[in-house]
Amino acid sequence: MAVAHKLASMGHPIQLAARGANSLLADKTNIELRYNVTVTLHEFDALALDTHDAFVAGLGELPQIAVCAVGLLGDQYQAEQDVQVASLIVRSNFEGPASILGVLANHFEKRGSGILVGISSVAGERGRATNYVYGSAKAGFTAFLSGLRNRLARKGIHVLTVLPGFVATRMTEGLDLPATLTTQPSRVAEAIAHACKRKKNVIYVGRVWWLITFVIRRIPEALFKRLRI
Amino acid sequence: MKLSGWGRYPLIEASTYAPRSEDDLRDILLSKKSVIARGNGRAYGDSAINADATLETRCLNRMISFDQTSGQLVAEAGVLLGDIVAAFLPRGWFPMVTPGTKFVTLGGAIAADVHGKNHHKEGSFRTCVDWIDIMGSDGEVHRCSWDEDRDLFDYTLGGMGLTGVILRAAIRLRSVESGWMRQRTIAAPNLSAALEAFEVEKNATYSVAWIDCCASNRNLGRSLVILGEHAKLSELPSSKAKEPFHKKTKWKISIPFDFPSIFLNRFSVRAFNNIYYQSGAKKIDVRLVDWDSYFYPLDSVLNWNRIYGRKGFSQFQCVFPLEQSEAGLTAILEEVASAGCGSFLAVLKRFGPQDSSFSFPMEGYTLALDFPINDKTLRLAEKLDQIVIDFKGRFYLAKDSRISAQTLRATDVRADKFCSVRNARGLSTRFASAQADRLVL
Repeated sequence: MAVAHKLASMGHPIQLAARGANSLLADKTNIELRYNVTVTLHEFDALALDTHDAFVAGLGELPQIAVCAVGLLGDQYQAEQDVQVASLIVRSNFEGPASILGVLANHFEKRGSGILVGISSVAGERGRATNYVYGSAKAGFTAFLSGLRNRLARKGIHVLTVLPGFVATRMTEGLDLPATLTTQPSRVAEAIAHACKRKKNVIYVGRVWWLITFVIRRIPEALFKRLRI
Repeated sequence: MKLSGWGRYPLIEASTYAPRSEDDLRDILLSKKSVIARGNGRAYGDSAINADATLETRCLNRMISFDQTSGQLVAEAGVLLGDIVAAFLPRGWFPMVTPGTKFVTLGGAIAADVHGKNHHKEGSFRTCVDWIDIMGSDGEVHRCSWDEDRDLFDYTLGGMGLTGVILRAAIRLRSVESGWMRQRTIAAPNLSAALEAFEVEKNATYSVAWIDCCASNRNLGRSLVILGEHAKLSELPSSKAKEPFHKKTKWKISIPFDFPSIFLNRFSVRAFNNIYYQSGAKKIDVRLVDWDSYFYPLDSVLNWNRIYGRKGFSQFQCVFPLEQSEAGLTAILEEVASAGCGSFLAVLKRFGPQDSSFSFPMEGYTLALDFPINDKTLRLAEKLDQIVIDFKGRFYLAKDSRISAQTLRATDVRADKFCSVRNARGLSTRFASAQADRLVL
């Protein structure tokens, strides 16, 4: 939603897609009033893969920038016990987002322009005991975005991978997060808008996560497997 | 987490919650012993802190509707005044009443019944409020307005959040032709000249004075009285008239660290005030100023509260009734000048008539002074409290962080009535702030 605000403040019309899109009526009005742009609502279920073609066809106008902010943190322990839970996490963070971006990519390719933004996570940079189901799904999504970028690079379509650390959203509400490592959604939105303008490929928000990831990825596996991080 | 107001004093350990919907809010409210709502934390003291549960309204910040003909905006309580300006000034609308910062929420502006530079003509924030939706101690939402539960409406405006959690409100904006202000400055060599300037210029839409509180003897109360009018299109040069609402993006300065307390001393403050007065006295012509610099000069220095150092500061703001104003102000300024702890920022303003249940303004003059927190200034403030009592003045609760319950009752006979209304409506057990506890409200 913060990304929608940011893009609307730059004068872009907004299409909001979600499950139960009607629950976003108040947000639609809010954005229209604040930024004097048109906002439309679209029913969308990331998990219903067979509806994605029809969803894009039904958008009316194909967007210039498509931002995929779909995700489910889930509970690691439950995911270890119950394969259904694990599957839902993987489908929500990888299969669904990859599918819709894939469909949009084909439409963008036909048109020859557009920017695809995928919000993945630093959790996908290395699997850790505390959230590797979520992390592995995000890792898959990150790899998907990288491949998509490679495929579309010469076709005028740009793909941006966003790797946020902790963000104060509904997903992280109630978790005990270190305040200095936690960013506000509005900062993520600023970073995304800036990266779209500059055609950046991969961005970390906040930047300290680039360093953290850099270090974590370089810890030898023999040592890493004994760590609790 | 540790919470404080804008003055960074006092600092209180408190649990905070940021509900995302009315239902979230109700769940928290009903599960806690007592709560207080908090907007953007711009009240200076402990008004918006409750150790048990401080409810931040930052996620309840949607605009709901706008009527192009009447200028009525309906919005949730967490919307910032600055957001309203950003959204509606380009369409020719500006807040009817605005305080000296745009970083306050709609809910906060209502709870403190804030005033602006046009109070003498147009009254406090309540002037532009059509109705308020407020969540009571039972979690039910009540609408109150000029003709619907008028009592609750009156006590909510100026009630410091102690009558419930303000959820949304309808306010009226004013139509303006441009974002520019015609500003005129009058240099007043002493207090009586300043007061006279306010009386002579009472037809100006906006008026306020910066007052040099380091000056003493024959210079006591010397001021720059600054008047303003919204510039009409016909009053703009053609370069500005083309895009009357356009404003260059200003550089923002941010104070990245707490200044050491030695930075503010009687010499630096005196020098600053001297230079400010002398340079201001030279600029007495009429000039065009953009709305941001005119209404919100301090907003361009983010975190300016850090200038006062780690211990924070307190703002002393009182109002004296008209007939007592000159004597009361003289007594305050003499006390401040002789104590030698001048205030960096001192503001004087004429209030027009106001008759409301618990709001701060009354007809007369209000003076606001900033002091860094230390033993000396706290002793000075107690002396100033006595002057306010002697000259029948009263205090602005949105600025207060230190007066006692006795001082409040000695200056505001309405306090007991406010308490009894709270009791009668079952609000006193559910809604409480650190300030309300201190003042036994």
